[in-house]
Amino acid sequence: MSLAAKIKEVLICLRAGRVTLPYPFEPATVPKAFRGRPIFDVERCVGCAGCANNCPAREILVEDVCQEVRILKYLGRRCTYCGRCADLCPENAITMSNEFETATDEISDVGQTLELFMGTCQRCGRCFTSPTPLEELKLKGYRIDDLMNERWVFRSKPFLNEEKTVDDIDIELD
Amino acid sequence: MLKELCRKMFPRSLWVYHANSGGCNGCDIEVLNALTPWYDAERFGIKLVGSPRHADVMLCQGPAMRATEIALRRAYDAMPSPKLVFAIGSCAGGGGIWHDTYSVLGPVEKVVPVDYYIPGCPPRPEAIVFGVALVLGLVEKKVVDIHVKQDEFPIPRYHPEDLEEVDGTVKYTKSEVV
Ligand code: SF4
Ligand code: SF4
Ligand code: SF4
Repeated sequence: MSLAAKIKEVLICLRAGRVTLPYPFEPATVPKAFRGRPIFDVERCVGCAGCANNCPAREILVEDVCQEVRILKYLGRRCTYCGRCADLCPENAITMSNEFETATDEISDVGQTLELFMGTCQRCGRCFTSPTPLEELKLKGYRIDDLMNERWVFRSKPFLNEEKTVDDIDIELD
Repeated sequence: MLKELCRKMFPRSLWVYHANSGGCNGCDIEVLNALTPWYDAERFGIKLVGSPRHADVMLCQGPAMRATEIALRRAYDAMPSPKLVFAIGSCAGGGGIWHDTYSVLGPVEKVVPVDYYIPGCPPRPEAIVFGVALVLGLVEKKVVDIHVKQDEFPIPRYHPEDLEEVDGTVKYTKSEVV
């Protein structure tokens, strides 16, 4: 390479100046349209499981521990931050925050677990009897049989038993 | 504790090996972004190397796949100890969107032990720099497992304000006519 080319290169470098951002020593800004991880608002959620049903990554799992309590578990580990859950939530209980600093050494740190009260019939005051309309849909994927092992079932049950459901899939490995 | 151990065992520059076991390239682009002058991961001593035998850290992108499982495991075995594994992106951390298809085994932790996770699809280059800074002890972890409970019904079960007395009987004014 000739000397002139080297001088030219130095000039180009000098003109560009220093571009390195001071991150992580100073906080970084994100674009306005940036979608970070979803944040669930337990006060507003009615437990309709619409988010769980429509999550493309099947990221939100639902378990009915008893007739009045439903557990909604957002795993966080394979969320693509697509915002579909926030888009369809009827109560606007999910906000797409602009948090991106989610690096962790423990993957369960990015999860969120919501314990929800399920309403009873407004007329008779009793719980819906099984099979509920949701169970009749027999949707695969968002219902879990066992929160600890994240075992998935094809249809929900009124109560949990110890042995595995017949046709469930072992997707998680813990 | 893991952080303390990291600081003791990796006091100098970390050389990283970049292993894509079946991702869509989004995360690879962001990792390369983190190495550009804008984010300049090299100021923390991060250097990309071409062979796992020279590396301290393996950056995993993409899920563990049936086809690449053996290659990933061999690349991990070829790295000299002590070694760290970063799972970058939602594919490596949790299997990604296609986690239940026939060719995807799931998160890379099914094949190699993972020490740090950087969720995102793809994670911003800042998020990757943040993960590196977390390992080096420059920043604190910002996420924690959230477990929340409702203490009252979000929708009032009965609406006493909508009840009205009409001709000696109580009527619900908003009742729908069926
Ligand atoms: S943002 Fe998308 S992937 Fe994440 S939980 Fe919501 S619907 Fe699922
Ligand atoms: S977060 Fe919204 S969509 Fe999901 S269960 Fe609660 S109310 Fe339904
Ligand atoms: S996490 Fe998202 S961007 Fe990264 S490899 Fe997977 S699909 Fe692609």
